[in-house]
Amino acid sequence: MAEAHPVGFQWVMEAKGRGAKVFHVDPRFTRTSALADTYLPIRAGSDIALLGGIVRYILENELDFREYVLAYTNAATIVSDEFVDTEDLDGLFSGYDPRTHTYNERSWQYVGQEETTGYRAADRERDTAAGLRHESHGIPVGGQVRRDETLQHPRCVYQILKRHYSRYTPEMVERVCGIPHEKFLELARAWTENSGRERTGVLIYSVGWTQHTVGVQYIRTGAIIQLLLGNMGRPGGGVLALRGHASIQGSTDIPTLFNLLPGYLPMPNCHNHATFTDWVDSIRHPGQKGFWANARAFGASLLKAYWGDAATPENDFCYDYLPRMTGDHGTYQTVLNMIDGKVKGYFLLGQNPAVGSAHGKAQRLGMANLDWLVVRDLFMIESATFWKNSPEVETGEIVPEECRTEVFFIPAASHVEKEGTFTQTQRLLQWREKALDPPGDARSELWFFYHLGRIIRQKLAASDKPRDRAVRDLKWDYPTHGDLAEPSAEAVLKEINGYEVATGRPLSAFTEAKDDGSTAIGCWIYTGVYADGVNQAARRKSRHEQDWVAAEWGWAWPANRRILYNRASADPEGRPWSERKQYVWWDADKGEWTGYDVPDFEKKKPPTYRPPEGATGVQGLAGDDAFIMQGDGKGWLYVPSGLQDGPMPTHYEPAESPMRNPLYGQQANPTRKVYDNPINSVNPSPPQPHSDVFPYVFTVSRLTEHHTAGGMSRTVPRLAELQPEMFVEVSPELAGELGLAHLGWAHLISGRAAIEARVLVTDRLTPLRLDGRVIHQVWLPYHFGREGIVTGDSVNDLFGITLDPNVLIQESKVGTCDIRPGRRPTGPALLELVDDYRRRAEMTGGRPPIVTTDASEREVG
Amino acid sequence: MGLKTFIEGWPVYRQLTGTDPLGRGAAAQSARSATLTARTETADSMARSVCPYCAVGCGQRVFVKDGQVTQIEGDPDSPISRGRLCPKGSASKNLVTSPLRETTVRYRRPYATEWEDLDLETAMDMIADRVIAARDETWEDTDDQGRVLNRTLGFASLGGATLDNEENYVIKKLFTALGALQIENQARI
Ligand code: SF4
Repeated sequence: MAEAHPVGFQWVMEAKGRGAKVFHVDPRFTRTSALADTYLPIRAGSDIALLGGIVRYILENELDFREYVLAYTNAATIVSDEFVDTEDLDGLFSGYDPRTHTYNERSWQYVGQEETTGYRAADRERDTAAGLRHESHGIPVGGQVRRDETLQHPRCVYQILKRHYSRYTPEMVERVCGIPHEKFLELARAWTENSGRERTGVLIYSVGWTQHTVGVQYIRTGAIIQLLLGNMGRPGGGVLALRGHASIQGSTDIPTLFNLLPGYLPMPNCHNHATFTDWVDSIRHPGQKGFWANARAFGASLLKAYWGDAATPENDFCYDYLPRMTGDHGTYQTVLNMIDGKVKGYFLLGQNPAVGSAHGKAQRLGMANLDWLVVRDLFMIESATFWKNSPEVETGEIVPEECRTEVFFIPAASHVEKEGTFTQTQRLLQWREKALDPPGDARSELWFFYHLGRIIRQKLAASDKPRDRAVRDLKWDYPTHGDLAEPSAEAVLKEINGYEVATGRPLSAFTEAKDDGSTAIGCWIYTGVYADGVNQAARRKSRHEQDWVAAEWGWAWPANRRILYNRASADPEGRPWSERKQYVWWDADKGEWTGYDVPDFEKKKPPTYRPPEGATGVQGLAGDDAFIMQGDGKGWLYVPSGLQDGPMPTHYEPAESPMRNPLYGQQANPTRKVYDNPINSVNPSPPQPHSDVFPYVFTVSRLTEHHTAGGMSRTVPRLAELQPEMFVEVSPELAGELGLAHLGWAHLISGRAAIEARVLVTDRLTPLRLDGRVIHQVWLPYHFGREGIVTGDSVNDLFGITLDPNVLIQESKVGTCDIRPGRRPTGPALLELVDDYRRRAEMTGGRPPIVTTDASEREVG
Repeated sequence: MGLKTFIEGWPVYRQLTGTDPLGRGAAAQSARSATLTARTETADSMARSVCPYCAVGCGQRVFVKDGQVTQIEGDPDSPISRGRLCPKGSASKNLVTSPLRETTVRYRRPYATEWEDLDLETAMDMIADRVIAARDETWEDTDDQGRVLNRTLGFASLGGATLDNEENYVIKKLFTALGALQIENQARI
C-alpha cells in the first residue's frame, strides 16, 4: 500500500500512531513492510490457506463476535442435506460436472430451497462473468430460511464452516504458505484481539488478490473473517479494495464492460432474457427480500435515458434495441478472436494492452490482424506502434510491409484539460474543474464519442434498416460549448443522476425511480449526485470545517453513504455496540435512525420491526436485517448461490505452480476459465510431468514511481528518472544458485516468451522452506515496454491466459518460469529458445488437465 | 556591506537570535530566495482537480498562467489527502506538459512503415465510416434458433480506468445503441 497507494497509506500510519498493529503479508518485502509492525512473506497464490487458517483459529477457539454473528450473518442458517463438502470429495464440492467443469448449485442451497435455484447454465454464467452484477447487491435466495440459533445443528453454516476449515491448521498454513506457525499465530491473535465491541480491524487488499484464478474466493475468505469478528459495517472495519486507477471504481459502476449495463444491471443474454419482463425478473427475483425488488423501475429508467421519447411502456422502453450476449465477449476472448480474424476494428481508450494485459504476444498479434485500430492516448504507446517496433517485429512474426492494420492515433486531453467526475476507491465521486483547453488536436473522450456518435447518426439518418433504428432513436442531444464544441459534462452527469421526464427536475434518490416511463436515470446507484440541481460531486468543504466523516466533500454512492451496511454498527436493538465505536444508531425519541453517516437502512423502520408472513422486497426486511441488499438480509459466511467455484473458499494451487496441492487431490480451481488456443499453452504443474522445466515462481507489481503499463510514467521525465530500468529482484540464495550477478543481466523464460532484466540481488526476497522443499520466488515491476523515455521488456509477456471463473480476471500475479544469467537472445534465436522449453515441457497447446482427483467420478458414478 | 549587515546575513546568527532555532525556515533563507514569488501566487487561475493516477483520489490544485499549467499542488482542504501527493501525483504537471505528448493526429496506412499526418475532421469521418462498415459486415439479427441477437461482434473497445464517469457513460450508450458488445475496461484486468 505504501508503494502503490502512498497517500492512502498515511491513514495506516495515523492508526499505527494511535496504537494499531500493522501486519503486511506479501511475497516481497516492500516499503509497506518497512513500516509495518510485522511482515509475513508468503508464497504467491496461497492466501486462502493463510486466511482459512485464521477462520479455523476463530472457530476452534470460539473467538467470533457471537451476538453480531447470530444477528447479522447466516451462521445459524441450515443448509441442504444434499450438500457434500471438499472434505469428502478431495477438493471438489457436490454438483461438479467434469464435462463442462462447472457446478450445479442445487445441493449448496439452504434447506428447503433446493428447487428455487431454477434452471441455471453455469458454463454460460461463467462465460458472461455473471457474478459481477452482484457487486451492488446480493444474490437471489428465498427470504424465509430455517435457522438454529444455538449453532449446534450439524448442517448449520457455522458447523459446516468449522468442518471445512478444520484442516487449515497452523502447520498446514506453514506447509502451504511458507509462513512459520509462530508468525501465523501472532497474526491470528492480533486480529482476533483487535475485534469485538470496543475494537475493529480492517483488511486491505488490491490486485494482489484479484488477479488469480481464485481471486473472488480470496476476498470471500477475507469477508468471512470480518463477518465472524464483527468488523463489517462498522467504523475502522471492513474489507477495503484499493483500486489501482483514478476511476476504476467508476468504470465498473458505469461500466465499459461487456456483461453489464450502468448500475450493475446485467447486459441481456439471448437465452433467458427474451423480453423486458424476463430480464427484470431475473434481476429482482420475485419473492426475495431487499431493495433490489425495484429493478423494474431501474431498468425502465435506464432505457428511458438511452432512447428518450422513443422509449414507451407500450414498446417495453425499446428493450429490443439492446444487443444480446451469447457467451464470453470479454477482452481475452476478443483478442483470441482477433488472432483468428473475426474482429475488424478496435478502440483503445487510454489503455495499453501490449504491455498491460496478460500474454503480450497474443495482444500484439491480435492487433496486427485487424482492419483498423483507433488509439486514443496522451503519448505514443506500445499498442499504437506494435507494427513498427514490437518484439514480434524483431523476431519476424510481424512484418510491417505485410501488416494490414490501419492505425489512427488521436491525441487525448489530460485530466486538467476537461471536466468530469472520477469515482475513487471509496465509491466517492469528485468533480474536476477544467484548468485549460487541450493542445492541438487533443480532445476528451467525451468529445470524441459524442461527435463520433453525431457523425454516425448523420450518416444513418436516412437509413431504413431495422438495425439502425436504435442509433437513430438514441437520445443524443448534449449541449456543446466553446471553440472545440466540447459537450457539457454536467449535462451528462445530470442524465446519469436521473430526472423527471416531464419537468427535467433532477431526482434526489433512487427511490424516486418509476417503471412507467416518467423518470429517466442513466445509472440508478448514482442518483443523488445531482440532487436539487446541484453538482454534489463538486463539493469541496474543507476538512477543517466538518467532522471526520467529511460528508460534504464530494459525493459517495449510494445516497452519499460512506460506510455500507452501517446498520451493523449498532446492535440488534439499535444501540451502538460501544461508545467508542458508535456510528449509526436508532433514536427512539425521534423514531428514526441517525448518526454520523447516512444510515444504510430505512430511516423510520424500528429495530423491532418484523415482516408480516410472506412479505417480500423492502417490506420483507426485519428491523435487524442489516445487510439490506442480500436476499435474506444477512452477511454471508456461506454462499448458497451465485459463485462458480463453491460456497466456501478452498485453497487451490495457481494454474501454474511448482507444487502439488498439499490440501486436496484437486490441484487447481476446477472451474477456472481456460482457452483452447494454440497460442495459449500453460506451463505444466503437478501432477503433470515436466513442471521442473519451469521451477521458479515469479510475481509482479508496481513501483511507486511508475503507473501500470507505463503510458503515464515512462513518458514523464521526472518519473522516468526515478526508476530508469527494468529489473528483477532475486534473493542472494537464488542468485548464488544460478550465478546471477548484482546489476548484471538475467533472462526469464515461460512457455510464451523470454524477457530480460537487470538483476537486483536483495534479501527483500526470501527462499521459502515448505513441504520439505525450497521454493524460490522472484519479483518484477510490470511497467516497462519499448516506447517512452525509459524502456525495457514487458513482464506480462511471460503470462498465459487463465481466468477466475466468476469475473474473468486473469491470473497475472503468479506464474512459473526458468531463469538464466545473461541477456536473452534476439531475433529468431529468441523464438528457438522458447520453443526449446516448450518441447522439453511437452507443451502442445490445448487445455491442461482440469480435474486431478477421481472424487468427482465417485460422486457422479 | 557593513559589519552588522554582514553578520545578520550569516544564517547561524539568524538561527541563534531569531525565531527559527532549527534553521529550517527564515534563518536559512538566502537573499535570492527572499525575492522569489511562488508560481501559485502569480497564477491567473486555479482549478480544483483530482490526481489522475491511482484511486486514492488525492485533491489537486492546478495553477495556470498565460495559458500554461505552471504548477500542480496537493489540495490541503481534502479530507482524503490533506494536501499530500506522492511522486506520481507530484509529477502530474510534468505529465501534462511532457515534451513527449502527442498533439496531432497520426495515421498509419495499411502496410506502411511510417506514420503520416491527417486532419482531425477527416480522421473522425473515416472512423465513422469504418464503424458503420464493420457493423454492417458482421451484423447478427438472430441466432440459428431464431432468437434475437441484434448485435455486432465486428469491433471492440478496451478503455483505461482514467476515463471520467461521463465519458464511460456516453461510450457505453453509443456502443450499446450500435449493437456492439465487446466493450471492456481495465476494471476487468
Ligand atoms: S498522488 Fe499518489 S496516492 Fe494520491 S491519487 Fe495520485 S497516485 Fe494516488
